[in-house]
Amino acid sequence: MTIHTRTPTGDLSARMRRVADIAAAHADSVDREGRFPQEAVDALRAERLMGIQIPAELGGESASTAEIAELCSILGRACSASAMIFAMHQIKASSLVTHGGEAPWHQAFMARVAGEQLLLGSATTEGGIGGNLRNSICAIAVDGDTCRLEKNATVISYGDQSDAILITSRSHADAAPSDQVMTVFLKDQYTLEKTHTWDALGMRGTCSDGYVFKGEAPAEQILPRPFAEIAAQSMLAHAHILWSAVWYGIAADAFAKAQAFVRAAARKSPEAAPPGAIRVAEASSLLQGVKASIVAALEAYEQAKTDDDKLSSMSFAVAMNNLKIASSQTILTIINHCMLICGILAYKNGTPFSLGRHLRDAHSAQLMISNDRILGNTSTMLLIHKQDTSLLS
Amino acid sequence: MATAETIRDIVAKHGKLPVEVSTLADDGDLYAAGLSSFASVQLMLAIEEEFDIEFPENRLNRKTFQTIAAIAEAVDELTRDQQAA
Ligand SMILES: Cc1cc2nc3c(=O)[nH]c(=O)nc-3n(C[C@H](O)[C@H](O)[C@H](O)COP(=O)(O)OP(=O)(O)OC[C@H]3O[C@@H](n4cnc5c(N)ncnc54)[C@H](O)[C@@H]3O)c2cc1C
Repeated sequence: MTIHTRTPTGDLSARMRRVADIAAAHADSVDREGRFPQEAVDALRAERLMGIQIPAELGGESASTAEIAELCSILGRACSASAMIFAMHQIKASSLVTHGGEAPWHQAFMARVAGEQLLLGSATTEGGIGGNLRNSICAIAVDGDTCRLEKNATVISYGDQSDAILITSRSHADAAPSDQVMTVFLKDQYTLEKTHTWDALGMRGTCSDGYVFKGEAPAEQILPRPFAEIAAQSMLAHAHILWSAVWYGIAADAFAKAQAFVRAAARKSPEAAPPGAIRVAEASSLLQGVKASIVAALEAYEQAKTDDDKLSSMSFAVAMNNLKIASSQTILTIINHCMLICGILAYKNGTPFSLGRHLRDAHSAQLMISNDRILGNTSTMLLIHKQDTSLLS
Repeated sequence: MATAETIRDIVAKHGKLPVEVSTLADDGDLYAAGLSSFASVQLMLAIEEEFDIEFPENRLNRKTFQTIAAIAEAVDELTRDQQAA
């Protein structure tokens, strides 16, 4: 691996736009071949974007969640698989930054993530538990200074390419399913035996294969806080905001294509409004709704961030869940509108207006932690939580 | 705290814990003992019913329901506040 030590020129967005150009050039082949977007990830490393969230004193750039969300949307417009990989990596980084700060091992590891531009993978999904990330079957075994874990991890995106995997388990052999910890395992501390190959409808470049994970590492690599806190206080917000930002990027790119299509048609026959024009207006309103939801969630997170009680509160969890539900559903409507606007040129592959990849990638949104599961959790909370229905405040 | 025993009974009934509630200390972590988020809501509803109180939004978090002692403290405080109001 090449280690780039020079800070690239330009602000974060300019750096990501250069990555996006490279990612866009390879997006179709990444999708067709279901291969890892190596060119885009190499470019992310060359622009030193992997460690931006790490505190500056550990060699990162202390980037905010809003800045990272913006970058996710820029890359999402170019190649959703690359963007989702970047988002998932940053979600894992947020667990380290928010909950690993006091622990010497995790501090040193964060410095390595920034210095060596390491790619972090995630293993929460487990055979028998599905997407219920607050339950585990597998348990970590701590023996003196060493911990060992075996997990039937049915989905680990870019498992083969990850430099480290952050993995959840029960905290010990007798622990309840919800009594979980998260542990960092470095690539040379685990083996992955492939159980499923990711031949999927969309998001094909995330290479979300299934594996049996077997790891052994120093026990100090277990994150010092219970996973319940990590999930509530950093993962929930980062996952739903950064995923939504990627999905927004996919929809925004589809929208830009549809608008260009209608503008071209309008120039050709200026006497009559093109048939798709009204749908562009409708898609514009939907897209603005998604954007507003993400911006509102970023604000809510900024406000809650300094207050652990607020971060673990039901109102915050409901708000983040609602963002995920709204954005994952609305992007499908937007892209479908764009498909109707551009017609057969959207339906066919290989045209400047092709939207097949967008549509397929966007369908992952409602399954990535199933919306039904999330709605189920939210509905439970709404049995007791009274939603704040005021407009401002 | 007068309420702790009643709360213990409610936890036994609604907490759906994989362990006997009598084995838990008042300051034992209920989540570590297996309290799920769904059961914690059932628990909150039952406590509101029993003590005729309403948990305000700033109390609807993990910490309030972490231990029997924490629940008892919240209930005592809320009963006091709601009687005074
Ligand atoms: C692109 C992509 C990348 C991913 N990368 C990773 C990764 O790197 N690491 C990782 O750990 N995971 C990853 N995942 C997995 C993902 O986050 C979810 O865990 C997974 O998609 C859930 O799988 P499932 O639908 O089989 O399971 P479930 O969530 O169990 O859902 C199965 C079905 O049962 C229903 N269902 C289940 N439980 C309930 C309930 N309580 N209420 C209502 N309905 C319910 C659902 O609606 C659904 O139809 C990825 C997923 C995608 C799409």
